[in-house]
Amino acid sequence: MTSRYSIFSLMRNAIGYHQGWQRAWRSPEPKPSYDAIIIGGGGHGLATAYYLAKEHGITNVAVIEKGWIGGGNTGRNTTIIRSNYLWDESARLYDKSLRLYEGLSQEINFNVMLSQRGVLNLAHNLHDLREISRRVNAIRLNGFDSEMLTTEQVQAMVPILDCSKDARYPVLGASLQKRGGVARHDGVAWGYARAADGYGVDIIQNCEVTGIVREGGKVTGVETTRGLINAPKVGIVTAGHTSHVAAMAGLRLPIESYPLQAMVSEPIKPVLDCVVMSGAVHAYISQSDRGEMVMGAGIDHFTSYAQRSTLAVVEQQMAAVIKLIPILSRLRLMRQWAGIVDTCPDASPIVSKTPVDGLYVNGGWGTGGFKGTPGSGWVFAHTMARDEPHELNAPFTLDRFTTGALIDEHGAAAVAH
Amino acid sequence: MSAQKNRLGNGGRINRGKPLRFTFNGRDYQGYEGDTLASALLANNSGAVARSFKYHRPRGIYSAGVEEPNAVVQLETGARTRPNLQATEIELYDGLSATSVNCWPTVEFDIGAINSLAARLLPAGFYYKTFMWPKSFWMTYERVIRNAAGLGKAPTAPDPDTYHKCHAHTDVLVVGGGPAGLAAALAAGRTGARVILAEQEHDFGGRLLSERGDIDGIPAGDWVGLALAELNAMEEVTVLGRTTCFGYYDHNYLGMVERCHINAAKSMLEPKDGPSERLWRVRSHQVVLATGAIERPLVFADNDRPGVMLAGALRAYLNRYAVRPGRKAVIFTNNDDAYRSAIDLHDSGVEVTALIDLRVDPDGPLPDAARARNIQVMDGWVITRVLGNRRLRAIEIQRLTADGGAITGEARRIDCDVLGSSGGWNPVVHLHSQSGAKARFDDALQSFVPGPARQAERSAGAANGAFALDDCLGQGHAAGLEAAKLAGFKSKSKTKRPTAESIDEAPLKAMWIVPGEAKPGHGSKHFIDLHNDVTVADIELAAREGFHSVEHVKRYTTLGMGPDQGKTGNIPGMAVLAGALDTEIASVGTTTFRPPFTPVTYGALAGRDIGEFSDPARKTALHHWHEQASALFEDVGQWKRPWYYPKAGETMQDSLNRECLAVRHGVGILDATTLGKIDIQGPDAAEFLNRIYTNAWSKLAVGRCRYGLMLGEDGMVMDDGVTARLAENHFHMTTTTGNAARVLGWLEEWLQTEWPELKVYCNSVTEYWATMTVCGPRSRDLLAEFTDIDLSAEAFPFMSFKQADVGGVAARIFRISFTGELSYEINVPASHGLGLWTALMTAGEKYGITPYGTETMHILRAEKGYIIVGQETDGTMTPNDLGMDWIVSTKKDFIGRRSLSRTDCTRPGRKQLVGLLTDNPSEVLPEGAQLVFDVKPQPPMDMVGHVTSSYYSAALGRSIALAVVKGGADRMGETIHAPLIGKTVNCKITGPVFYDPDGSRIDGA
Ligand SMILES: Cc1cc2nc3c(=O)[nH]c(=O)nc-3n(C[C@H](O)[C@H](O)[C@H](O)COP(=O)(O)OP(=O)(O)OC[C@H]3O[C@@H](n4cnc5c(N)ncnc54)[C@H](O)[C@@H]3O)c2cc1C
Repeated sequence: MTSRYSIFSLMRNAIGYHQGWQRAWRSPEPKPSYDAIIIGGGGHGLATAYYLAKEHGITNVAVIEKGWIGGGNTGRNTTIIRSNYLWDESARLYDKSLRLYEGLSQEINFNVMLSQRGVLNLAHNLHDLREISRRVNAIRLNGFDSEMLTTEQVQAMVPILDCSKDARYPVLGASLQKRGGVARHDGVAWGYARAADGYGVDIIQNCEVTGIVREGGKVTGVETTRGLINAPKVGIVTAGHTSHVAAMAGLRLPIESYPLQAMVSEPIKPVLDCVVMSGAVHAYISQSDRGEMVMGAGIDHFTSYAQRSTLAVVEQQMAAVIKLIPILSRLRLMRQWAGIVDTCPDASPIVSKTPVDGLYVNGGWGTGGFKGTPGSGWVFAHTMARDEPHELNAPFTLDRFTTGALIDEHGAAAVAH
Repeated sequence: MSAQKNRLGNGGRINRGKPLRFTFNGRDYQGYEGDTLASALLANNSGAVARSFKYHRPRGIYSAGVEEPNAVVQLETGARTRPNLQATEIELYDGLSATSVNCWPTVEFDIGAINSLAARLLPAGFYYKTFMWPKSFWMTYERVIRNAAGLGKAPTAPDPDTYHKCHAHTDVLVVGGGPAGLAAALAAGRTGARVILAEQEHDFGGRLLSERGDIDGIPAGDWVGLALAELNAMEEVTVLGRTTCFGYYDHNYLGMVERCHINAAKSMLEPKDGPSERLWRVRSHQVVLATGAIERPLVFADNDRPGVMLAGALRAYLNRYAVRPGRKAVIFTNNDDAYRSAIDLHDSGVEVTALIDLRVDPDGPLPDAARARNIQVMDGWVITRVLGNRRLRAIEIQRLTADGGAITGEARRIDCDVLGSSGGWNPVVHLHSQSGAKARFDDALQSFVPGPARQAERSAGAANGAFALDDCLGQGHAAGLEAAKLAGFKSKSKTKRPTAESIDEAPLKAMWIVPGEAKPGHGSKHFIDLHNDVTVADIELAAREGFHSVEHVKRYTTLGMGPDQGKTGNIPGMAVLAGALDTEIASVGTTTFRPPFTPVTYGALAGRDIGEFSDPARKTALHHWHEQASALFEDVGQWKRPWYYPKAGETMQDSLNRECLAVRHGVGILDATTLGKIDIQGPDAAEFLNRIYTNAWSKLAVGRCRYGLMLGEDGMVMDDGVTARLAENHFHMTTTTGNAARVLGWLEEWLQTEWPELKVYCNSVTEYWATMTVCGPRSRDLLAEFTDIDLSAEAFPFMSFKQADVGGVAARIFRISFTGELSYEINVPASHGLGLWTALMTAGEKYGITPYGTETMHILRAEKGYIIVGQETDGTMTPNDLGMDWIVSTKKDFIGRRSLSRTDCTRPGRKQLVGLLTDNPSEVLPEGAQLVFDVKPQPPMDMVGHVTSSYYSAALGRSIALAVVKGGADRMGETIHAPLIGKTVNCKITGPVFYDPDGSRIDGA
């Protein structure tokens, strides 16, 4: 078990010039076999390993990551956390996740800097208002927090937002989830890694899974760039490549992969104290603790596995952001990047058993899985340990694509009449 | 105003005839035209100009270019203020005013007061390890951290400047206007190829501006002038100064930003014509990257004190700006190039108290030249201490042991007020890497150089690791020729390449951490990233804690994450990491180089697509009339639609009541232009519609209309509308307003990807027609005044279409109804719209004709139980859920059919469309209210549906609502509840048709 982090351990180590810190996680050689293997060392994979160990006592586990942990979408996302989803099934899953987030820093003894500074979803037309009010009512009756704000209340909360009537798309109101906010993405990956490692989980980086070994319809292990590793249970948690890895076991998933881009400005003094999202203007924005304005775009128009950013998207994005917050025009773009997101036809994830015994899949979180990280890990660990889904993820299994019991979270069909 | 104490009497590329006044941190100074803010500050002996980000240490100007990590300032105040500009990149102008940004102490949190022990509590990533208790306190800690972080301040008013964009297509883009870039542009330009040469500075010449030397036998500066003159004279060559190429995207597409006014040597405060910046989007057949190199520092104890600078920057200030960066200089180097700085300083009259070379027995022309000037060369020595907190006073040096791994012997003190350090030069491989290529580590240079190209680009000169001037010229020339040739242009005559004298330089000696008295972090700090205050100890700590990937180290320590993006610190940082991991730099690798190379103004990226231009507002041909009639407008997609037409003194509900009753009892008129209209033609058009819509189309007679539902592949309702058969192979389809483009895209996708064998052609004609719906029992009487055709119900029945002359204009009239009343939808070419509309208004006066808006349209259709896609549907409703299985053919196939048979789509208890009548008839339910059968005192409650539409109906004298409710079709008459904040509304479930359930009014009352 690694030593605890606290202000006291910091002080103690300061005296020794910080020579005494132990590794946050070990870097072991892969063992020939494990009780369970998690493919993919993103937040979801690491959280799964942690909850397998903590909640189910399964500690002989390897997390196999082709690059460096957290280097996929976990380390590329804009870190918005909220649980204001429309449908009961989603609201419950995402709120479970949010509740786990709320105690996470203390539980795993790693400050993930959860900052519940509130998430605003702006309404720009009557259709938006109707949809937002539907959503707020649903969330409220599900027992979670959500409220409607008037234009004046929005303006008071975000003075820099253009709430004037003659704006091209005026702000007619907003929904607010106060418990929503942001967290430190790297901290989530590293914190879970350290905590899982503390239980004995092996985190194996620079090791790519190249095949899924099966015998008689049952999984027996994985081929990797560092050799064969056996396990009776294998979980695929490889956002951006879910269908690619699942295909190694002959599975075809209803997933399409698209680049999703994000960008930050140079750091400036605080001007924005909450997260602002606008569907109609296609922009979302928050300010990081370092002072950068963090922004994201909608998914690219074409499917691709190339994690490349483009000029066109950043141009659109800046226009959208300046539309919402005109005073940002003189700031400067500091970095832009892209990740690959896996999207399902109903914009909801798959957390499921598969037709192959012992093989499980957790993916398709699309543009919004960072907020789901703890909940996803928690229910997926349950699914892998018990070989059956938890009631929270039962609606998110693969059969919904054959039964038609889809959970459509496309933002409630954003069509204007 | 203080004198320019450090200005040399002559030389430099400044205009002494043009003195410029400026203020910095409230003090007045003077500089000259041609200065940067940094050079002017140095000329005035400014000393510390900033405080460091984390430890609040005083910092001075460090470099002379885009790599500057310290001197970050806020330029001007008010609406034109700019946060976070580097003083080295700001061209001085008269009246300039700037302040330091990172003065950290605030009243609440004075980090300046933190002493060295407290600083020791803040190693890399300390925040991950603490601030967790008590649990609720992170937000409090965070507020303090947030206020302390950030650099400059955002303006508080909208941007008064404008920004433009342009596209450029070219054969050869040359990035960088130094010797290699100029040679490349000349060589390419002479072939006749279209060439763009972009240079980020206003002056061309690159490093030549800072050096002394000749090209082709004349002073380099003169050669630059000749080269530019030749380039400017070439018709196909575009020379762009102050233009930064910031991004290399796929398919040789590059982003550049030209600063047209900002930082120009005239006041940025004056209003001016034209854009302040211009975004160039360049598609280039071939690219030559001649982006030069950036010097990296040596990393020694307290290497951040004001006065410690890059060695190359010293001679840039000396030669380019005629500024003596100090009085007593020391050079610390591991290579020959820095000797040039010592020599130039000496020759300009600056005392060089020592040249410390960590190599033993340096030999060659440059060391000889230094020795010949009696500069004391201390070879095999290193700097172990830096004295002077706010300003460099002296250094201590010690001898290296024979193996170079440690120090030995007595320390010697050397006085100095400026120190130039050089650890070698790093080629600027940023754009090369952004293009998708992978830079390769070069052992001789100890730096990353371009690897094999992935796009049509090549690097030349210092950017390619060729630092000698003659090599730069040669490579530039060859690269320019090659690029032009690949773009299809041959060299016409054999042009000679420019040449320069070659000076031999001995190899550098890599030493990434200069040993000192104590280990790094034990008492003194060895800085790697000056901007983010990242030290050697931080990187070693990261490695110790298992952060081994260079990307992990970057994120854990924040190395290279500031606005300078680690231009000086990244390579030393990677080297220190390699040392800590006991591996090669090559295997540590670089972090991903991400655009932009240097920060780009948001405004320039947005261009003119802001304000009213941000998204075109679509207006109908009748828009102006609606405005005159004081209509209020609703945004529907991009369209502006009249919402309702209030009269003086009316409430919204008053207006709606008036509009609704006019339609029910007299005649109303609606601008329906925005409905999507798609012209569909071709021999397979009917078959195509059969597949697209749920109902059958083959047998629809010419001249008849039919309502259709479109489903997605998932079987859910996606769009609806009426389509008319104009001729055997010709249909006129209508869609919902907001969905028009999506539906056309959907049709095209099926035609082009799945059914290419169908001969069908689709065309958007939405704007072509102005559409007005004349509606109500008197509509026939009114229309009869405008047309000769027989309008009787028998001759022109419901759901039919006629081509007719209406008021002298060829029109298409559809007898369709969204209100249940007798109704004609008249389409005329848009240019005739206003004429016909006003004629109808005039003639209709006697019937009390009333224009009505979308809200009235919504009420009227809700009275009839007609759905609106996107309101009653949300992507989860099947036709059956909407009570519309009558429209779903069981005989033919159509998109979505298979999905309708999925178990979930056929199960009982799905949400179904119903009507709701509140127990209190004057209570109007809020749309979006959720519905429950069992009200609980507290959430959670079991939700069974929601209110989709809700209005006060003047015709019925009470409120009505539509809703979707689980199993609703079987629960007619039951009570259901809407728990709102503070009250619960009870209602009864009814059928969705509230008005004229038998449809008796459709042919007129
Ligand atoms: C630009 C952007 C912005 C976003 N913004 C938000 C936001 O604001 N809020 C939000 O909630 N979500 C957001 N998301 C989505 C969110 O980032 C993801 O849903 C979530 O992080 C997915 O986590 P993960 O652990 O499943 O995936 P990842 O972090 O991507 O982890 C998957 C891992 O699998 C590894 N892998 C893949 N193939 C193999 C193999 N064959 N062998 C071994 N390892 C393999 C990858 O290297 C990777 O590390 C955003 C995403 C992007 C790209």
